[in-house]
Amino acid sequence: MGARQREISVSEFFTKNRHLLGFDNPRKALLTCVKEAVDNALDACEEAGILPDVVVKVEAVANGGPPPPASQASRFRITVTDNGPGIIRQQIPPIFAKLLYGSKFHRLRMSRGQQGIGISAAGMYGQLTTGKPVQIISRTGARSPAHYFEVQIDTKKNEPLILEKKQIDWESPRGTQVTMEVEGRYQKGRASVDEYVEQTIIANPHVKLTYLTPEGETKEHPRTYDQVPESPREIKPHPYGIELGMLLKMLQDTKSHWVSGFLAGDFSRVSPRLAEDICKTAGLSPRARPRDVHGQAAENLYKAIQSTKIMAPPTNCLSPIGERAILSGLYQQIKGDFYTAVSRPPAVYRGNPFVIEAGLAHGRGPEQAQESQQKKAIPLAEGESDEGNDNELARVIRYANRVPLLYQQSACAIFKSVLDTTWRTYGVSQSRGALPAGPMVIFVHMASVWVPFTSESKEAIAEYDEIRKEITLALRECGRRLGAFLRRRERAFSEQNRRDIFELYIEEVVASCNRLKGGRLPVAKLKEQLQKMAQKRTGGEKTDEVLGKNGSGPEGLPHSIIVTPEGVEGEVPTMIADPPAAASTNGNEHPAVDGKDAEKSKAPAKGHRGKARRESTGRAAHGRKTERRPRSAHPAAKSSAHAKRGKG
Amino acid sequence: MAAKARKISTVEKKLVGVADVVIDAAQRRRDPTFAIPVRSLSNVTFDERKGLIELGKRKQARSFFNVGMAKKFMQTVLVADALCELQRANLTTSLREIYYRTKHTIKNSHENTLDTQDESDPLIEDLEVTLAALREELHVRAENAGSIVGPLVLVDDGDRVDCARLGKGGYSVPSIVEPEYLEIRQCTADFVLLVEKGTQWNRLSEDKFWRTHNCVLLTGNGQPPRGVRRLARRLHEEKRLPVYVLVDNDPWGYYIYSVIKQGSINLAFESQRMAIPKAKFMGLSSADPEAYELPRNVGIKLNDKDIARARELLGYTWFQKKDWQTEIKRMLSSGLKYELDALANKDFQFLTKKYLPRKLKEKDWLD
Repeated sequence: MGARQREISVSEFFTKNRHLLGFDNPRKALLTCVKEAVDNALDACEEAGILPDVVVKVEAVANGGPPPPASQASRFRITVTDNGPGIIRQQIPPIFAKLLYGSKFHRLRMSRGQQGIGISAAGMYGQLTTGKPVQIISRTGARSPAHYFEVQIDTKKNEPLILEKKQIDWESPRGTQVTMEVEGRYQKGRASVDEYVEQTIIANPHVKLTYLTPEGETKEHPRTYDQVPESPREIKPHPYGIELGMLLKMLQDTKSHWVSGFLAGDFSRVSPRLAEDICKTAGLSPRARPRDVHGQAAENLYKAIQSTKIMAPPTNCLSPIGERAILSGLYQQIKGDFYTAVSRPPAVYRGNPFVIEAGLAHGRGPEQAQESQQKKAIPLAEGESDEGNDNELARVIRYANRVPLLYQQSACAIFKSVLDTTWRTYGVSQSRGALPAGPMVIFVHMASVWVPFTSESKEAIAEYDEIRKEITLALRECGRRLGAFLRRRERAFSEQNRRDIFELYIEEVVASCNRLKGGRLPVAKLKEQLQKMAQKRTGGEKTDEVLGKNGSGPEGLPHSIIVTPEGVEGEVPTMIADPPAAASTNGNEHPAVDGKDAEKSKAPAKGHRGKARRESTGRAAHGRKTERRPRSAHPAAKSSAHAKRGKG
Repeated sequence: MAAKARKISTVEKKLVGVADVVIDAAQRRRDPTFAIPVRSLSNVTFDERKGLIELGKRKQARSFFNVGMAKKFMQTVLVADALCELQRANLTTSLREIYYRTKHTIKNSHENTLDTQDESDPLIEDLEVTLAALREELHVRAENAGSIVGPLVLVDDGDRVDCARLGKGGYSVPSIVEPEYLEIRQCTADFVLLVEKGTQWNRLSEDKFWRTHNCVLLTGNGQPPRGVRRLARRLHEEKRLPVYVLVDNDPWGYYIYSVIKQGSINLAFESQRMAIPKAKFMGLSSADPEAYELPRNVGIKLNDKDIARARELLGYTWFQKKDWQTEIKRMLSSGLKYELDALANKDFQFLTKKYLPRKLKEKDWLD
């Protein structure tokens, strides 16, 4: 028996349990591979303070014979290219072909990846299903050469096997390109690669993403927000956030010679004085050697930590998306009449700081609303009613550290919080235990140094009371604003309706009177007399002002945008479509980033004419808004300062 | 041209008056408004001397430039228009046809002028009251819901109808029975018996009760329609026949009797020509089960609705007579109601052979 016992490598374990990492079925596997590669690319760019420019290419691969159509194919080649800082030559093989290797696990810093499993697991999945190695091209700068690698993972030893390495010529001055061939299935709809790309864009409006679909389409998502997210800071663990086992390990690993030094030095928010207090409570000498603390003593120390009042961890280590950027993302990607965004102040769960952000887009957009109005001109029979097809439910889009979560919606704290919010208070109908009804997208983002997922495949956020509470508060604030908007629109609508009613009925009354009088009535005269009265009685010209049609902006609705057929109210964050501001902030600040200026000047012209027009009409209609413009340029300037620091 | 040649009826003039209200108001820049008498319990009075329920003087304004009323105002004008069309074409029609005639989708909208018949029916009553025109005069008829049999001869559309020779089915009473439409040529009966239920009317008709007791048998199948009430009234008035009413022993039966006798709250304006203040309540009285030895087990327990309705009746001014208070209170205290059909418990022909003969002989009725 003993002879059979042997060590299992992590890679072997995951080969057998690949569902734990999100490779349960071919469709999901394709998504996971794309996701891991894109997450890595974005993390790399942001850490270096570079505005990401990512190209995702998914193509169907022939399995002997001509390439099949995308919907039939079972093998795909995924290529993700970024303009990030590149990877130094020696690091390439372990990053892509060694599980649990990375820069992210051992630090507490907000990033998309957490464990260092993702990309190498994707590569391993490709290796298992197609036998093809992962191909990497990376270049760290215009003056360095580009390196080409083909690597595989030795599943027994969890070590990279380099199949080929060489220097090549590469057109990009800097960046990384990963190519994987995997077994998969391409199907649009929920939880598809397409949806992932769309949702990524919403939460990351600072990314320029080009998606080449397996069907040969090119979907360009231009950058709509011109700021690299503020670089998150790394923090030390908070004493409340660790478990006994972790404490034991930290006691062994620490470089401090005294327990008090260990506590003050390896944790956040523990001052030397507080450290001594903890030691006293635990009955330990502050001068004890950390390595000698084990067993009962360690347990006492752990209990002492838990019972001591310690300040909450610093929260400046987080980099939330920000209300303006969320608004921008929603506004660009989702058609609606109303948008709003809320960033909660940072909070703490189990010693980990986090921030909850919520956004909301409501409506179908003015164009579609008009369309549907024209369509419904069929007279209604008895018992028929107007609203037949209005049973659409809201869509919830979830994010953790800017990464969209596409699976296990119902297990997620975000989804549950949406269900538990009483949307009816805000004028949205909701059946018991169901999502609110109506054309609505609910956006929730959790930013944290450690997002508590329910599984390794990072699909659902675990339910901590603190997290639930913050999500609920953010959703309520969004709901309140939506309610205010809906009520306001309803009021305006009913005033307009009032006048319309009279105008409609005047026609009928006049026609009937004419018939009663045997057709000998001066119809036009009577109609005019009645119409004049109708005007007078509904407040005449003044009504328009009362309705807010004179452009008084969304008062009482902070961080919101209202879109009506007449124009747009609110701070429309289309900074890219604003050439003078954009040019002044980036022209000289990012000289290294090639092609960026070109892209910038192209952006307003390309397919965004509609949006530019929408914005300009909005601004023309709301004279007051011009005062706010200078302020909107301010954050942009700050961001470029950041970018500089990141580079230096 | 044809319209000019034809003599314009008073009703037509009244309907055209609706248009004049609008035109005059528009000229004087006033809100066009109709004053419609209120048709509810709060606006009816009971005239004890005449024994009639009469409509009070309270009126409600229906004006056009009021969001809540605009649609109703528009509908009222539309209905007036349709009614006027009937006058000009000299046709009669039903309530439902008026509804269909006035229903259309308003131009440039998805709104219908009317959505259900429930909206147009009260408007016709409104116009009846406002214009003081009878429904018959407006050429609107109801369904034929009544039957008559007995020793009388009617002339309908020039056809002679001998109601003694119509078998047990009798003659179906039309909804318009005004002298212009229906002539009572001959009547040799001694009284009129108005029965609530068609089933009991059938029993009496089959047993030829009208022949043995020389009477006219009328039924309205429940709450009698206008035609039946008006015909009973005409027989009472023109042929001087007493009218006896036979209904179930429950609050609804009492109310049917009171409608025949004093008129209804909703159609109080028509009491003048519909009500029969001298009508008598023959049965079923709450005293009858004891007098005729009906077993307790054929009674039905009064439900909450029955009790509430009976209490309401106790409050009506026209039920204040001492006998009536006793009658209703007796039913309430027994906690039971009885159907006419329950008499069959004793014998199938108990009603014909025992109950009615004894009632008539003892003159056992309530006023």
